[in-house]
Amino acid sequence: MHEETVYDALDSAHGGEGQWAFGTGFDEPLAGVDTTVPDGIDPADLGEYCLMLGDDALVLAQRLTEWMTAARELEEEVAFGNTALDLLGQARLLLARAGSVGVLGRSRERATPSIPDEDALAYFRDPDEFRCTALVAAPGGDFGQTMVRLLAASTLRLAVFTRLRDSRDPVLAAIAAKGVHELTYHRDHAARWVLRLGDGTPESHRRAQAGVDAVWPLLADVFSATDVERRLVAAGVAVDPAATRSEVTAVLTQVLGQATLRVPEWPADVPPRGRVGEHSPDLTALLATLQGLARQHPAATW
Amino acid sequence: MSAPALDRPLDESALQGRFDATIAAGHRIEPRDWMPEGYRKTLVRQIAQHAHSEIIGMQPEGDWLLAAPSLRRKAVLLAKVQDEAGHGLYLYSAAETLGADRADLTDKLIERRQKYSSIFNYPTLTYADVGVIGWLVDGAAICNQVPLCRSSYGPYARAMIRVCKEESFHQRQGYELLMTMMTGTAEQQAMVQDAVDRWWWPSLMMFGPPDDESPNSAQSMAWGIKRHSNDELRQRFVDMTVPQAEVLGVTLPDPELALDRDTGRYRFGAIDWSELQRVISGQGPCNDERIARRRAARDDNAWVTEAATAYAEKHAGV
Repeated sequence: MHEETVYDALDSAHGGEGQWAFGTGFDEPLAGVDTTVPDGIDPADLGEYCLMLGDDALVLAQRLTEWMTAARELEEEVAFGNTALDLLGQARLLLARAGSVGVLGRSRERATPSIPDEDALAYFRDPDEFRCTALVAAPGGDFGQTMVRLLAASTLRLAVFTRLRDSRDPVLAAIAAKGVHELTYHRDHAARWVLRLGDGTPESHRRAQAGVDAVWPLLADVFSATDVERRLVAAGVAVDPAATRSEVTAVLTQVLGQATLRVPEWPADVPPRGRVGEHSPDLTALLATLQGLARQHPAATW
Repeated sequence: MSAPALDRPLDESALQGRFDATIAAGHRIEPRDWMPEGYRKTLVRQIAQHAHSEIIGMQPEGDWLLAAPSLRRKAVLLAKVQDEAGHGLYLYSAAETLGADRADLTDKLIERRQKYSSIFNYPTLTYADVGVIGWLVDGAAICNQVPLCRSSYGPYARAMIRVCKEESFHQRQGYELLMTMMTGTAEQQAMVQDAVDRWWWPSLMMFGPPDDESPNSAQSMAWGIKRHSNDELRQRFVDMTVPQAEVLGVTLPDPELALDRDTGRYRFGAIDWSELQRVISGQGPCNDERIARRRAARDDNAWVTEAATAYAEKHAGV
């Protein structure tokens, strides 16, 4: 493109009154997808499970987005943007899947009908209706803690998604198949940083170790299945988080070891907390920012 | 960087002659070609200022990333802000082909020894500002930048081709957001009009001072770094934008704005240049905040870069 074609294109592309705003009217995330629930799967359980996986992605995307315009190197701004966009994409698909099987919680009492399911769920549920773990909801801390958390969260999620590709729900299986590629990159990116920070300078080592020590307690409930997950595991739909334990601990131990970081003792298992709606005020604060504008204008379309 | 191999040494006037001939023929100057020092300096200054504008320009819209009112809008805005980081990267790379160093240019930005577009010193008060920045600010940037795809310096021209393609997306997403808001609630419509009122005049200032007060323009045009005058580009932007405002249903805040039937172009009111001077000299509403954020990004995370460097040294050759 040598001449001023971009300018011309702007001025003349597309006929009609919408000529300056291409692509008005966007498809919903699951447009064109057969969302029928296969026999033998409880739609309420399926929807609830999609909220667990979707909320993890949405909340971690929000935490990573906090780094936009705050990273030192531009390459890292781009990487934060990519990772957050991938997770946001996963969240949109999963929340839309929950909505497609009628799991909308109390969100529809507040959201006007024109608001799509994904937004009703993201913007019009209260904190106690969110199903994310504390691992993703906790504040990010410095760059070291951010990368340790991303390593742990993406290792866990990749282990789940890898198995979820065989889910009996074809929509969930397809979302997982797409996500595996993305999560492989996220885990790799985080692992490379943890190596550099752990085995970099004395200060970066100290900070990375502090990050590990801050993140590890958040792993106490990540292998504990809820009743919903147990029923869905039996139905061939969901992944038992306990089944990923050996893979996750092996990966984390390997990366930390290579990064010359001390692996803390794994916290004792506790019953699910975030997955059943028990959250710290950190999530309330995060959601207040995320939801504020949309809730201020409940009748608006964006 | 090594000097190009020559069959025989050329004196400066012969090199200058070859450079002038390249410019006159409309061909491109490439990094290893000889170039006058003034040309190099002017380019480094312009490209750095452009790169800084992309990076600082992430902030006004970035302020809405966490609060975007739908997940689709959040994804769109995140992609856009990320694009701007990418633009900064291409442009700093183009400056590096002229011997500049990215870290040094970043320091100059933070120490206020180099400038960025003054438009980014205004705050984004509502979500309509995101749309208006796309429509007007990116629209003005496109008018400025499309001719730079034909700039005489090769790496800059090639970077601008990609930048302009993405800016075109940005402009349209802004307009699309505004179209959506204008079909929404009365409150949303008022937000759009308010944002247009605040951003219109600063957008016109983006083209720089009027031609008779733009001292460096003549030399830049002779060198083929710049292709059109400030006033010419400003007029082009106004002519492009007025019909778009009519379709959108907003009023541009200029009572003197009127179509000149003879020329087919729009006449517009006098620009308050003292405001531009004020904002450029650091007295805009957000100058300190914009620089402080970049300074914090650099200083608070210096340890990360030091770690990566130390790791690379430790593992060199492994």
